[in-house]
Amino acid sequence: MNFETVVGLEVHAELSTETKIFCSCSTAFGAPPNTHTCPICLGHPGVLPVLNKKALEYAVKAALALNCDITTESKFDRKNYFYPDLPKAYQTSQYDKPIGRNGWLDIEVDGKKKRIGITRLHLEEDAGKLTHAANGDYSLVDFNRVGTPLIEIVSEPDIRSPEEGYAYLEKLKAVLQYTEVSDCKMEEGSLRCDANISIRPVGQEAFGTRTELKNMNSFRGVQKALEYEAARQEKVLLSGGKVVQETRRWDEEKEVTVSMRGKEEAHDYRYFPEPDLVPVHISEQMLEDIRRTIPELPDARKERYTQSYGLSDYDAGVLTASKQLADFFEAAIQHVNDPKQVANWMMGEVLGYLNAKQKELDEVALTPESLGKLIQLIEKGTISGKIAKTVFQELIESGGDPEQIVKAKGLVQISDEGELAKIVTEVLDNNQKSIDDYKAGKDRAIGFLVGQVMKATKGKANPQVVNRLLKEEIDKR
Amino acid sequence: MTILDLRLQEIHDQLQKKELTVSQLIHASLERIKEVDDRLNAFLTVDAERALQRAEELDRHAAEKQKGLLFGLPVGIKDNISTKNVKTTCASRMLANYVPIFDATVIKKLFEAQAVMIGKMNMDEFAMGSSNENSAFGIVHNPWDAERVPGGSSGGPAAAVAAREVYFALASDTGGSIRIPAAYCGVVGLKPSYGLVSRFGLVAYASSLDQIGPITKNVEDAAYLLQVLAGYDPQDSTSVQTDIPDYVSALDGNIDGMTIGVPKEYMGDGISPEVKERVNEALQVLEKLGANIKEVSLPHTESSIAAYYIISSSEASSNLARFDGIRYGTRAEEADNLMDLYKKTRSQGFGPEVKRRIMLGTHSLSSGYYDAYYLKAQKARTLVKQDFDNIFAECDVVIGPTTTSTAFKIGEKTEDVTDMYQEDILTCPVNLAGLPAMSVPCGFDSQGLPVGMQIIGKAFDESTLLKVAHAFEQNTEHHQARPNL
Repeated sequence: MNFETVVGLEVHAELSTETKIFCSCSTAFGAPPNTHTCPICLGHPGVLPVLNKKALEYAVKAALALNCDITTESKFDRKNYFYPDLPKAYQTSQYDKPIGRNGWLDIEVDGKKKRIGITRLHLEEDAGKLTHAANGDYSLVDFNRVGTPLIEIVSEPDIRSPEEGYAYLEKLKAVLQYTEVSDCKMEEGSLRCDANISIRPVGQEAFGTRTELKNMNSFRGVQKALEYEAARQEKVLLSGGKVVQETRRWDEEKEVTVSMRGKEEAHDYRYFPEPDLVPVHISEQMLEDIRRTIPELPDARKERYTQSYGLSDYDAGVLTASKQLADFFEAAIQHVNDPKQVANWMMGEVLGYLNAKQKELDEVALTPESLGKLIQLIEKGTISGKIAKTVFQELIESGGDPEQIVKAKGLVQISDEGELAKIVTEVLDNNQKSIDDYKAGKDRAIGFLVGQVMKATKGKANPQVVNRLLKEEIDKR
Repeated sequence: MTILDLRLQEIHDQLQKKELTVSQLIHASLERIKEVDDRLNAFLTVDAERALQRAEELDRHAAEKQKGLLFGLPVGIKDNISTKNVKTTCASRMLANYVPIFDATVIKKLFEAQAVMIGKMNMDEFAMGSSNENSAFGIVHNPWDAERVPGGSSGGPAAAVAAREVYFALASDTGGSIRIPAAYCGVVGLKPSYGLVSRFGLVAYASSLDQIGPITKNVEDAAYLLQVLAGYDPQDSTSVQTDIPDYVSALDGNIDGMTIGVPKEYMGDGISPEVKERVNEALQVLEKLGANIKEVSLPHTESSIAAYYIISSSEASSNLARFDGIRYGTRAEEADNLMDLYKKTRSQGFGPEVKRRIMLGTHSLSSGYYDAYYLKAQKARTLVKQDFDNIFAECDVVIGPTTTSTAFKIGEKTEDVTDMYQEDILTCPVNLAGLPAMSVPCGFDSQGLPVGMQIIGKAFDESTLLKVAHAFEQNTEHHQARPNL
């Protein structure tokens, strides 16, 4: 029997507001524990929340960018449960009137485009962070994160494979980064993902029993967890068993999912309207103002890169998947009018370096200006492509101005024919065998000779000129 | 007569002329507390040291630096209003040693107005109760008859004002908690419109119903105090941005031509005959002053009790969930694990009535019961509001008794919970509708116990409310009676 995987994803993204959702504490990451707190986010007796307008604006912006209908008369609700990382013992969230509904996101897997529905997007507050002692004797709680504004984005069960799940997350991240509502750093916990997954025989309409997966710490982790869980469910069904509706935890080390709690243990959150906040009214004007701040989104940008710059679909896709890359690309072409060359350098050298070093673009010294100027130096013939790679290493590691580096290190390409002719003559005088080989039809011999000239000039000789001079000189002999 | 019996203006004049000092006022208050409070138990914390220190500071102020009529007056604060560096227990073991690190907005306003806080006052635990028998730190006794309850939940503030322990007090009212004790203790209690006074720093019982208000000896004092308390607070999203009128200037005694609605449900069989008699006599006074008395109806009065207890308990079940022993307040010893810590802390920290309401509220919000209880209660709330809207289309104020009887004996109603809940029947509809209301003394029953008349106004029309109450007071002498202690 062939099975089909059905997946819905729940993503929590921290909004990049400077202050928390209901008080004026900072949301900066990495401060010493419990230093970004006040009586309000600590839930002291008698405190009241006041909604951060920026948080609301960001949520609306994200909802618009994800093609949602906006709930103009919205409200907050309390989600009640006890846990030490939740000071009020309720999370102020949204229940039946989420900010956004009925949105969608287009993804592409193996060249095939697909639209994934977004059920809802709502605004809520984050909880604190618990650290459990290794011996299990105590737990520490850090309330710095409590009250950080979050949006929860729930997809429709439209995802049909782990790969589609991965593509959805990548695209969602891109949209949230483009709109600048979230920095989406999974390693800092500013983006988190839970998954609902079930399988069904191909052709069957009814969904199978689903499990909920938690604790995935990367997009690849989500993909792997989905792969494991689909296979696990298939094995259960094929052996005549039944999938149990439950919450399962992804164990990243062992690469398995483990049962956490069953359906019976599910919480009754006793949602009810938050009486300490007034209903949220989103005016036409506010919507219009926010709509105007939404930048060109990844799909539109990709289209522009292929249409206007003639980039390949693949290159355009890679460059626009990250706002940082795309912005860098566009800034670089301000310095050298050759988008294709810039794209080649970014796809090759830049991404190669970042992947090898596991770094982000903002963590290296390379700037769009320095990359642009470097390419310009090649195009003007000032340096060879080979020398450029050496200069690039320095630019990305220590920064600086390419022109100055080239000058200071004497890397300027030698194109002077008189100067090169002397060296060519010298090389040919010492390599009669290569001349004979070349004349006997072994084209490769010319490569060796070029190499010798390069060696003599420490790589600075202009290869085209050297090539031509070599051939001319051989012909004379 | 002590200096605390003097009228506000008189005290002010004497202070201005330095014939009287703030220290003298504060000493008078502290001495009175020493003299009578072991019989009343109105105070949980008396902060004599800081009060005297503040008094000395204020006494150094030149006359022109005295900001207003509240300058130097000793005020008591119900113990569910957050006071920086002064214990705020909510009369609960859960917060027996809790010391807030911030002042409630109303406390800041009182301090800005240069009033002097004497201490924190007894109440029903977390403001849940109508008789003040639910305090974890002992019941409060009625100054008129120590065998009787002072009413609740603000029993401490009402008893203390009646006994002249303080000049006035700040309290909170969720379903009648200012008005009921004011009626039983023979003082003036005002519950402002929902949203007029900031709730920031009031330990929440039921957020959509709670409101802070004054308890005073007379209507004029209530107007002065309200003037200081009222106004939008950016820290309270439910506080309303509205122009605050000059409440004192509304006290002109002119109620000629006003229409007063008297709901027949408020004068029915459930009300004690003597209470009805006093209210009827009061209505005659008002009629003589030119008001038109009109019988009206609040048909959903009976349902409002159920609606009130479901809504308030639902909100309370969530509001009180933060008392988990993790960050502040009482923490149970010897817990085996997290769940055990929660259970033991909350079992030991909360009293029986608080537990009952948390259970009631938790049940009402549970999946499968939400529609039948919480949602239905909200619908009833809308109907109660509509009842008032209908009446206020043709009346300026509504008048009836504050309570169904006068103060009852301690222990008399503790057996039957629903009997006790009925205490709020005349007051809780006002909270459901978010309206302002006050209780003013309107005489005594045959046992010498005070009777309170309740005046209910249109939303944010505290001026008319105060005007009617003041006109009545000016033409009667009930408010001048004081208990023999």
